[in-house]
Amino acid sequence: MALNYDGVIEKYEPTLGLEVHVELNTNTKMFCGCATAFGAEPNTQTCPVCLGLPGSLPVVNEVAIESAIRIGLALNCSIAPFSRFARKNYFYPDMPKDFQISQYDEPICVDGFLDVEIDTDEGVKTFRVDIERVHMEEDTGKSLHVGGSTGRIHGAEYSLLDYNRAGIPLMEIVTKMIPGTEKYAPQVARAYVTELRDILRSLGVSDVKMEQGSLRCDANVSLSPRGSGKLGTRSETKNVNSLRSVERAIHGEMIRQGNLLENGERIIQETRHFLEESGETRPGRSKETAEDYRYFQEPDLVPVAPDATWIEEIRASLPERPSVRRKRLQVDWAVPDKEMTAMINAELLDTVEATVKLGADPTKARTWWLGEISRVANEKEVEATSLMTPAQVAEIILLVASGELTDKLARAVVEGVIAGEGSPRDVIEKRGLKVVSDDSALMAAIEAAIATQPDTAQRVRDGNIPAAGALIGAVMKATGGAADAARVRELLLQHLGQ
Amino acid sequence: MAAISRDEVAHLARLARIEMSSDELDHLASELDQILHAVDRVQEAAKDDVPPTSHPLPLKNVTRPDVVVPSLTPQDALSGAPASDEQRFKVPQILGDAE
Repeated sequence: MALNYDGVIEKYEPTLGLEVHVELNTNTKMFCGCATAFGAEPNTQTCPVCLGLPGSLPVVNEVAIESAIRIGLALNCSIAPFSRFARKNYFYPDMPKDFQISQYDEPICVDGFLDVEIDTDEGVKTFRVDIERVHMEEDTGKSLHVGGSTGRIHGAEYSLLDYNRAGIPLMEIVTKMIPGTEKYAPQVARAYVTELRDILRSLGVSDVKMEQGSLRCDANVSLSPRGSGKLGTRSETKNVNSLRSVERAIHGEMIRQGNLLENGERIIQETRHFLEESGETRPGRSKETAEDYRYFQEPDLVPVAPDATWIEEIRASLPERPSVRRKRLQVDWAVPDKEMTAMINAELLDTVEATVKLGADPTKARTWWLGEISRVANEKEVEATSLMTPAQVAEIILLVASGELTDKLARAVVEGVIAGEGSPRDVIEKRGLKVVSDDSALMAAIEAAIATQPDTAQRVRDGNIPAAGALIGAVMKATGGAADAARVRELLLQHLGQ
Repeated sequence: MAAISRDEVAHLARLARIEMSSDELDHLASELDQILHAVDRVQEAAKDDVPPTSHPLPLKNVTRPDVVVPSLTPQDALSGAPASDEQRFKVPQILGDAE
């Protein structure tokens, strides 16, 4: 009988290894001044350097070096006082030079770590992920395989290459082997990539968009029989394009390997491709026949030897670690755990913080962004932040706080802003959304309500205060929500002798 | 002892996508062997106090500012391509991995 996940864990211990590639958000490529805009027309961002034409010479982008150092420091790495580039030679047309400029035995950052927190059966637990290295390289071009039935390379008649992406600065962040994660291996992998993404975003060095490929993860996993003390053969899963996929890929791969081992079969060291629909992997190239990359030092580039003072300046300018910041904001804003998680998952923490910084109450800011605005965003299938700005939301919250708007009117203002009717002030003006603060207008509405519900009014006169709710409701309805409910209640009770 | 075997030369030729006949392999294996022995003699002169170099000039930290310069037009970029289609370089069937 096939083993399920629990069955696999009972007999085997997983060891993880994660390689993350992140494209930097520099204006220009790693070794030439070509632009790096995503989605440009094919081959409009190329030059003799990134096309590998004879006689061209690469020169390193200074911002890319600084970003690499920032990443290394944020991951607690040592920055190498001296590092060099190397050529990684291979025959594959995604690089027009027939080699990729990378770093081999002299990477810029080494020996770091990243702590991640996981919800376990025994509560929240911290796992330390050791970082082996961070090195600089250049991204490859994009291939389009034409012919054949699947659009895949196998069976394709020819391929079309767009070199806009070739040469974009790429950082490769490699972990050491991660043992001891036990049944939490898939969650640890996900938490690591999530934390890494958050750190990279806070550093401002990358767009970190997995769906656009600016952050990519290769997940290695192996299983060893419990108590054997021997590492198993690993597989490397590529094409993992979302945080959820990182978790699913490891989970699926552990079940696959566990069942192979259970049937006495051998794990082949190979690259596998993650299949988004099924959560399974299919084999790619076998590493046993993988090419020999014949690395050698890149003779066209000189060594990178960052000055120690500069490194310390960069270290001093690092932002607060995202996990620390989250904890601080949760305490400052008194947010319950569940709401905090919702805010993080919706990626609205920055937005809520920006709104709060403009003077809005944290709870109100959170409620608007996660409530009404997110609801409309989901309906329209867009990002909440594309509908409104923190400034607009803060303005509306402050208008409610000052009594110029009621909650109900505020909802109408939000609706108007989203519908493109202008700023909150414009919407208030155009829709006539002013709180009715004129007591005589309110009294007219109160008398009208009493006239239509005389029995209710009598009950209130007789001391049944909660019955006033129906009358207040009628007044609010009559004024289109433009009345201050507390004032209506006050006037009504006064009028009925209470 | 030979510094490089005939099998290693055949492996390198395969990696470099150079087709070589059996005669050529025999010939090249012996030539490369002599070249490597000559390099060994250079290495004898370069003792531990001579650091390996990757560049003839004692330069470091040569960088450029992150400022965009105009790229080639796609027409110019593709002008040297043996074949192109849809504003892309067209290459024969690739064997290996899909990206």
